[in-house]
Amino acid sequence: MYSEKVMEHFTNPRNVGEIPDADGIGEVGNPVCGDLMKIYIKVKDNVIEDIKFKTFGCGAAIATSSMVTEMVKGKTIDEALKVTNKAVAEALGGLPPVKMHCSNLAADALHAAIEDYKRKKERKDVAEQK
Amino acid sequence: MKRVYMDHAGTTPVRREVLEAMLPYFTERFGNASTIYSYGREAKSAIEEAREKVAHLIGADPREVFFTAGGTESDNWAIRGIAHANKEKGKHIITSSIEHHAVLHTCEDLEKEGFKVTYLPVDKYGLVKVEDVINAITDETILVTIMHANNEIGTIEPIAEIGKALKKLDRKIYFHTDAVQTVGKIPVNVDELGVDLLSISAHKIYGPKGVGALYIRKGTKIKPFMTGGAQENKRRAGTENVPGIVGFGKAAELAEKELMEQYEKLSYLRDKLIKGIMERIPHVILNGHPTQRLPHNVNVCFKYIEGESLLLNLDMKGICASSGSACTSGSLEPSHVLLAIGLPHEIAHGSLRLTLGRDNTEEDVDYVLEVLPGIVEKLRSMSPLFPSKGGN
Repeated sequence: MYSEKVMEHFTNPRNVGEIPDADGIGEVGNPVCGDLMKIYIKVKDNVIEDIKFKTFGCGAAIATSSMVTEMVKGKTIDEALKVTNKAVAEALGGLPPVKMHCSNLAADALHAAIEDYKRKKERKDVAEQK
Repeated sequence: MKRVYMDHAGTTPVRREVLEAMLPYFTERFGNASTIYSYGREAKSAIEEAREKVAHLIGADPREVFFTAGGTESDNWAIRGIAHANKEKGKHIITSSIEHHAVLHTCEDLEKEGFKVTYLPVDKYGLVKVEDVINAITDETILVTIMHANNEIGTIEPIAEIGKALKKLDRKIYFHTDAVQTVGKIPVNVDELGVDLLSISAHKIYGPKGVGALYIRKGTKIKPFMTGGAQENKRRAGTENVPGIVGFGKAAELAEKELMEQYEKLSYLRDKLIKGIMERIPHVILNGHPTQRLPHNVNVCFKYIEGESLLLNLDMKGICASSGSACTSGSLEPSHVLLAIGLPHEIAHGSLRLTLGRDNTEEDVDYVLEVLPGIVEKLRSMSPLFPSKGGN
């Protein structure tokens, strides 16, 4: 059912964990639906220096989470924002059609983490100006 | 790699003895049972011999056993056949909310034709209450269909008690039970259960796929499922699946002979597996009734993880099992059975069903108990729902 690449990421997921002093945290999905992804980022000079994830969900949910962290680690915020759910699925050699909607949310979680980072940064900048 | 098959409620391998009994009926004894020459007579007598074996297993008269293409057809036939033949008496059917989809979707289909269906709730163990069945009866009720044991959580329903209560009523309401999971696992007797119709499947008892039977009590008013030739006493048309039926008969004969021995072996392994899981892994819920339970069924929920990732990890270790998570149920919802026993969605997604069979050994159980804790721990360490050490 799953591609070799999906199974490889599922078996050896990259960047699992949390970042205690993360600059941004994004969470998407809902345990009621069977998928919840949480992504933590550490940003320095507009570059994603470190990224970690925690995911509750099926094989596709775990593999896409792992893949998205690998795709954007070391990339700038703008580059990371261009990564779509579809691109993540493609990088994994495709996902079964039924999984494209419910479990392919990793890029959304990443984008949510970036938005969180931007919000926090804005607040910090404002505070520093005062 | 070591392979451990623990999905016997899904299907079972065809036993060697069963296959050997079937083989001649593909080739040298290929006859059509409806013909009068020797080939046909051979096929006919093989079918009748199989019918006697299946009837004996459930304590029925062979004339009350009708071969079908499997459990799903038997359920469809029982429910649609009774509904359509008795609709002038009423259009109300009573069933439970934890039936197999072969029953539930058939009932839903009949609702579109104007039948009314009551889907009874179950308690936290998955038990239907006898008084709920009786209280649901209206002047319009023509059929009660409640499964003998649940395929997912293994709970055995009080069918004999419901049968007795229905007999006390002043008018006839037909009683059907889907016994696909119980026949060959626990003693099944149509008179003791008080049922008019009972569904059986061959491939759950080490027989071939694509063959089953419907027990229809003498005098039951039911429409034929298929129209065509005069096979199965004009009730189920179509040239008989002779090798399949012969295999079913052999499987039934063996199941009856080995029933008690297997019951003891399987319930011992089941209890060891349940106890072992509970002792080794925290945050586990046992689904189904603790004692009123099929001898080969283990069903548990591991909190904070999802079933499909659990199955994939088990498969990598050679263990074949099933789950009631949304991903594995082929829909967006987790198993209707787990929801009906009151589990929240997020917990139902983390279910695991292990169903034992005659080839499983104590070593298989030990192997599962050795591998499972590490897999659950690994998935929990990745789960944002799992409370972190010392925290919340």
